[in-house]
Amino acid sequence: MPGGAGREAERVARASYGRLLALLAAGTGDLAAAEDALADAFRIALETWPRRGLPDNPAAWLLVVARRRREQQRRRMATRLRAADDLQMFAALGEWEPDQDSRLPDRRLELLFACAHPAIHPTARTPLMLQTVLGLDAASIAAAFLVAPAAMGQRLVRAKAKIKAAGIPFRIPDPPELPARLDAVLDAIYASYGTGWDALGSATGDGLAQEALWLARLTADLLPGEPEAGGLLSLLLHCEARRAARRSPDGAFVPLSEQDMERWDRTMIAEAEGRLETAGRLGRVGRFQLEAALQSVHAQRLMTGRTDWHALATLYEALARSSPTVGVLVGQAAVAGEVEGPPAGLRLLDALPVERCAAYQPFWAVRADLLRRAGRTSDAAEAYRRATGLSADESVRRFLLERLHSLEQPLP
Amino acid sequence: MLIFLEDGEHFARRRGPQAREHMGAWMAYVSAIQQAGVAVSGAGLEPPETGTVVRLRNDAREVQDGPYAEAKEQLGGFFVIDVPDLDAALEWAARAPCASYGAVEVRPVMARPDQAPA
Repeated sequence: MPGGAGREAERVARASYGRLLALLAAGTGDLAAAEDALADAFRIALETWPRRGLPDNPAAWLLVVARRRREQQRRRMATRLRAADDLQMFAALGEWEPDQDSRLPDRRLELLFACAHPAIHPTARTPLMLQTVLGLDAASIAAAFLVAPAAMGQRLVRAKAKIKAAGIPFRIPDPPELPARLDAVLDAIYASYGTGWDALGSATGDGLAQEALWLARLTADLLPGEPEAGGLLSLLLHCEARRAARRSPDGAFVPLSEQDMERWDRTMIAEAEGRLETAGRLGRVGRFQLEAALQSVHAQRLMTGRTDWHALATLYEALARSSPTVGVLVGQAAVAGEVEGPPAGLRLLDALPVERCAAYQPFWAVRADLLRRAGRTSDAAEAYRRATGLSADESVRRFLLERLHSLEQPLP
Repeated sequence: MLIFLEDGEHFARRRGPQAREHMGAWMAYVSAIQQAGVAVSGAGLEPPETGTVVRLRNDAREVQDGPYAEAKEQLGGFFVIDVPDLDAALEWAARAPCASYGAVEVRPVMARPDQAPA
């Protein structure tokens, strides 16, 4: 049954790719060689399993074969003994028995820390994680990040060469440096979710969001003492819980304030709340916990039927103090527009540096909404046009154009 | 250069009942790219059947009514933009309305031979 073995290989690949790669690369720091060896092992599995049957422990089988392949590669480079090597390996495989090694050690967290090491360029960290821990191919990663495939391939190759050449260690940093290093890991996971979020509706986008959620869960579970890891997982769960509600049944964009709460995933929201509570008990507040708390306030609407804008304003204030990114400041302006009225929100937007907002879509979308509510119709129209022109999503464009047209032709 | 490729159906949307939404999205894109200060030049083109093709072969002129090629997607317009790298160009390409229904090709503008490469 080649099909069954193929499916099994795929399932094992999905479940254990990162675990196997982390084990293979941890000793040598050579990710590229480990990837090659693992790819070979999967190929051999597809050839062997249908004939010999599934090994009792497929993951351990793959690890042994990949290690042998890499050993061979090393020797081949020295002596070029090709045919003899293959024969030897297949002979050895006959002797393979599932053994005590059924629970493979997990070194994925060490791999994540290597991928997000400060010596790796920030734009390479997330792609590197997706490729090494999840086994995504470079072309899908390139598409998700809107980068040319050749450029993404190069970026990944360079990053792996750097890990090997610079001797970047596969280890969990010691407590004094752990929080800062963990931030880089969480940032990279967050970036991958954000990319999936932007590409909503596309297969790549949904897939990437799922992968990010998986990485966040892995990190939070492996580091139960780090509240920010739990904070990130809570944040992503909250966002993910609303995925279905972000589009109407006919595919139109639905803003958060108008979403049908029946379409929110209550199980996911409950898990998000639980994770945030657990993180909060550790007593160290951080950016991701604050962002999760913002989403938690929105989720309260399920219970109370209203949005507590004052709570949001307080959280944004804290967030703007600790991490004043353009995204946070624009969000703060939107909330100020609700609490204190549109002119207050517009004052906050006007204070932002022009060059960082010229091509930032959320800035123009929030600005357009505030201007409309302030009655500045022609300024609002201009802002709606900018926001529309900066959107890369057709349903968002359509939503903004409808708002624009309703401005131009006010209802009687 | 951003090269916008569209099929016949979408060329037709420029007029008719869907024109308001279709052209609205394009006008917004043009406005955004100009306001962001990256556009050097650009133009939208009339549909391919309005084109005329000229060739000189063996000292004889050939003149044909368009379209030039029977491809499904045809050149609908272009922008020459000045951005730091390919990633930035791809971002603007993805924002073009026709990225959702046609395609956008991104190509570097050739450097003049008398200009040193940047």
